[in-house]
Amino acid sequence: MTDAALIWSYLASKPLLWLCATLFAYWAGDAAFRASGRKPIANPVMIAVILLAVLLWITATPYSNYFEGAQFVHFMLGPATVCLAVPLQANLRQIRRAALPIAAALLAGSFTAVFTALAIAWSLGADASLMASLAPKSATAPVAIGISEALGGQPTLTAVLVLLTGMIGAICVTPMLNALGLRDWRARGFATGVAAHGIGTARAFQVHDTAGAFASIGMGLNAVLTAFLAPLVLRLFL
Amino acid sequence: MVPALAIVFLFQLLGEVISRAGHLPLPGPVLGMVGLVVALSLSPRLGALIRPTAQGLLSHLSLLFVPAGVGVVAHLPTLVKYGPALALALVVSTLAAIVVGAVTFTLVARLTRSHPDD
Repeated sequence: MTDAALIWSYLASKPLLWLCATLFAYWAGDAAFRASGRKPIANPVMIAVILLAVLLWITATPYSNYFEGAQFVHFMLGPATVCLAVPLQANLRQIRRAALPIAAALLAGSFTAVFTALAIAWSLGADASLMASLAPKSATAPVAIGISEALGGQPTLTAVLVLLTGMIGAICVTPMLNALGLRDWRARGFATGVAAHGIGTARAFQVHDTAGAFASIGMGLNAVLTAFLAPLVLRLFL
Repeated sequence: MVPALAIVFLFQLLGEVISRAGHLPLPGPVLGMVGLVVALSLSPRLGALIRPTAQGLLSHLSLLFVPAGVGVVAHLPTLVKYGPALALALVVSTLAAIVVGAVTFTLVARLTRSHPDD
């Protein structure tokens, strides 16, 4: 065996290599996102995922080897979810002032997101595991991954579906709601946070501060509601 | 930072314990988040202690999705097989949810005379 091959086999069996690769890939994705003028289509996570997927394919590295390194980043999803309490609590006064519209829009938006996604996938022949992976896709990623696991879905597939949902929402929300003539920034932001979680929320903050604040409220509340709603709606189809 | 992390992990741990012990559909971290909202409302000092660390972590939230996202490599056959169905489901449901949510909010705000702050 050559030296280079020895070094590679050593590195490939240690977590450090893929931990490094994950951070650098995200750095590159974030740089590209900024360079594009923060266009939703240049999503940094999507870019990082594509870079890493290509790298894994070139080096013939199985996902389980990659994950041994990347698990340290993945682990932080749990504490990050707990930390969502901070912006949520800071907005409690706003939430109380608009409690009724918030409650109604949360129920309607969250149910629409889960039900229409499952109805379409079901009518086009999706299997049970795919349905379970799809059901929580409008919730923020750490929560959606947890729900998917609990429902018997595939958490990594859910992560990809969550990502795509956020990008679709972020790209379409502004032209779509302008066309409908909806001008209440609270309504626009809140609905975006409920349907398109963190990526939609980031987009809402770019458009208007109030929309951004209400988007974070929508994302936080829907994280909780989806955990209740996804199993119930899923049961309608399975 | 260490006290803040310790408290955040503690709330996650409590959430996990309650979720598992009670066989609840809510993931542990979500219960931890709900618990922390309550605790923050009761103690402003707790907020001051946790806020810098929480904001630091949340400002890099999207980095944390990358490892799970790379899992797409393990699902390429599923994604190819169900590609059109998934694309249709994601686009229709996301756009419908935004429109239904925004229209519902606007209508109920009008009915209850809830006006924006500004």
